[in-house]
Amino acid sequence: MKAPRLTDTTLRDGSHAMRHQFTREQVKNVAQALDKAGVPVLEVTHGDGLAGSSIQYGFSLTDEMDLIEEARNAVTNARIAALLLPGIGTRKELKEAVSRGIQVVRIATQCTEADISQQHFGMAKEMGLEAVGFLMMSHMRPPEFLAEQALLMESYGADCVYIVDSAGALLPDGASSRVRALKEALKIQVGFHAHNNLGLGVGNTLAAVEAGADQVDGTLRGLGAGAGNTATELIVAALDRLGYEHEWDVFALLDAAEFVVAPFMPFQPIPDRDSIAIGYAGVYSTFLLHAKRLGKQYNVDPVEILVELGRRKTMAGQEDWILDVTLELAKQKNKG
Amino acid sequence: MSAPTNNKVKVAILGSGNIGSDLMFKILRAPGHMELALLTGIEPQSEGLARARTLGINASHDGIQPILDDPEIKIVFDATSAQAHVRHAKMLRDAGRIAIDLTPAARGPYVIPPVNLGAHMDEQNVNLITCGGQATIPLVYAVSRVVPVPYAEMISTVASLSAGPGTRQNIDEFTFTTARGLEVIGGARQGKAIIILNPADPPILMRNTIYILLESDDVDRKAIVDSVEEMVKAVQAYVPGYRLKNEPVFEVRDTPEGKRTLIALLLEVTGAGDFLPSYAGNLDIMTASARQVGELFAQKILGQENKL
Repeated sequence: MKAPRLTDTTLRDGSHAMRHQFTREQVKNVAQALDKAGVPVLEVTHGDGLAGSSIQYGFSLTDEMDLIEEARNAVTNARIAALLLPGIGTRKELKEAVSRGIQVVRIATQCTEADISQQHFGMAKEMGLEAVGFLMMSHMRPPEFLAEQALLMESYGADCVYIVDSAGALLPDGASSRVRALKEALKIQVGFHAHNNLGLGVGNTLAAVEAGADQVDGTLRGLGAGAGNTATELIVAALDRLGYEHEWDVFALLDAAEFVVAPFMPFQPIPDRDSIAIGYAGVYSTFLLHAKRLGKQYNVDPVEILVELGRRKTMAGQEDWILDVTLELAKQKNKG
Repeated sequence: MSAPTNNKVKVAILGSGNIGSDLMFKILRAPGHMELALLTGIEPQSEGLARARTLGINASHDGIQPILDDPEIKIVFDATSAQAHVRHAKMLRDAGRIAIDLTPAARGPYVIPPVNLGAHMDEQNVNLITCGGQATIPLVYAVSRVVPVPYAEMISTVASLSAGPGTRQNIDEFTFTTARGLEVIGGARQGKAIIILNPADPPILMRNTIYILLESDDVDRKAIVDSVEEMVKAVQAYVPGYRLKNEPVFEVRDTPEGKRTLIALLLEVTGAGDFLPSYAGNLDIMTASARQVGELFAQKILGQENKL
């Protein structure tokens, strides 16, 4: 059996855990190591996609366009991808990213709002890019609903649509039923992107592959939002042991995780108290560091903040509501 | 068609969709110095046109033509699409009518009623930017009239149900236009706009967060807060559901230029529920602003400019 195509997003999802402070040197070293180990696609962008550098999400230390170029120059075989969230990034940044070296764009919408991506898929196809759709916060809707949204992206020209478990809230059964629904409905490929908030990054990814996922994501050391992502080195080791045919160098990826990425990581993302609360409450994984910071500042338990954000059904990118909820909880506390 | 009265200016609405219908209800509820003479669309089966007729308003599906045919109509609200407005703008200009543009076409200058409308009362065509722009630009201006604002960012979160096909197919234009408005009218050296759709059921009220970075810590916070509060009142005069959820928050944040003072303003807009549901504050603020701009033009035509 052929292994799924692997996209490593250490240099995009990992940007959250890095508080968007990646340097050119780090990006060069990671891109080189992944390329040498046979990973075919590397995603390089601000954590919240093109133009994500902001007060809302955190400013980038280095312009993402410079990081894209750095990665492109560091690789021989791998293709460079960028993430774009319509409503944050626009066709203007997409055009610049293409001029700096991306060959793949991943276009992400809330799993209910696929129809805001038509312009961007149109432009991506016009520019000859491979275009991948991302249905974020996929745990919030059932499989049949997601299949309808994925069909919209297919009609706009997507080459693949991903079930994205942005909250790390899915259980293996939920991951496989969603992937299966898309496989049945679509002519194009289907992918799966996991977060490890409930400790199920590898488990859910394997369930997705068994359900027919053609593409999966990973990050070295799991460096990513919340409790991080499926670790690239873990998923390749597991798929290798399961007998999937692949072209990855498993030991080179172990080295890349251990000797290239681990030394610069500010912390190892793990399913700790706050991250489990994210998966349990079903909120966007990137809320983690914002909730920790504001919780400390206003003396409110981050778990309380995250659970309340879940109750309010916040979606991907709504970081400003963390301040709102924290202020309300702090007020209530002072009254009580 | 009713005869022109002495103290009213005849106006027409072009576009019989949700926005046009909500604006119709707003003008009927508070006509001020306007008389709504006509609502036109292009779809004979339009519910909006049928609704207008049951309310005793002349309605036509012949688009702009019946408006051009009635020289008494002095002010035209365009609630169609950017593409259509480009065409309408020229025809209305040639016919000597004032166009109030609710589309992102931007053929005329951007206006925010309490900020810069006074400077554009001689224009033939004014543009209302975006819903998020109408909500957030006044408050950025309220800060920039007190201290220099190098950077302002707005995040608009709206209920999925309140974002129509126009917004969905042109979401990039929302960010470009709003960011530009933060700069040109808000007075920020650099503006940034983000829009997020939230599908929660029951639908969420329109929410906007405004982040403003200041150049130095040495600012008169009270003067800033007073200016913001004064502006909130000025907007409430025509958008009653406009309110700050919290007093302005001052924080220190890391930015590419080092540590900077940040002001965060958390804003909520509840719609008046004239026609559209009250959660759709984003649509309400557009139609309420349009009505306000129309009223001020009507007063000017009647020689009552002193009310500005």
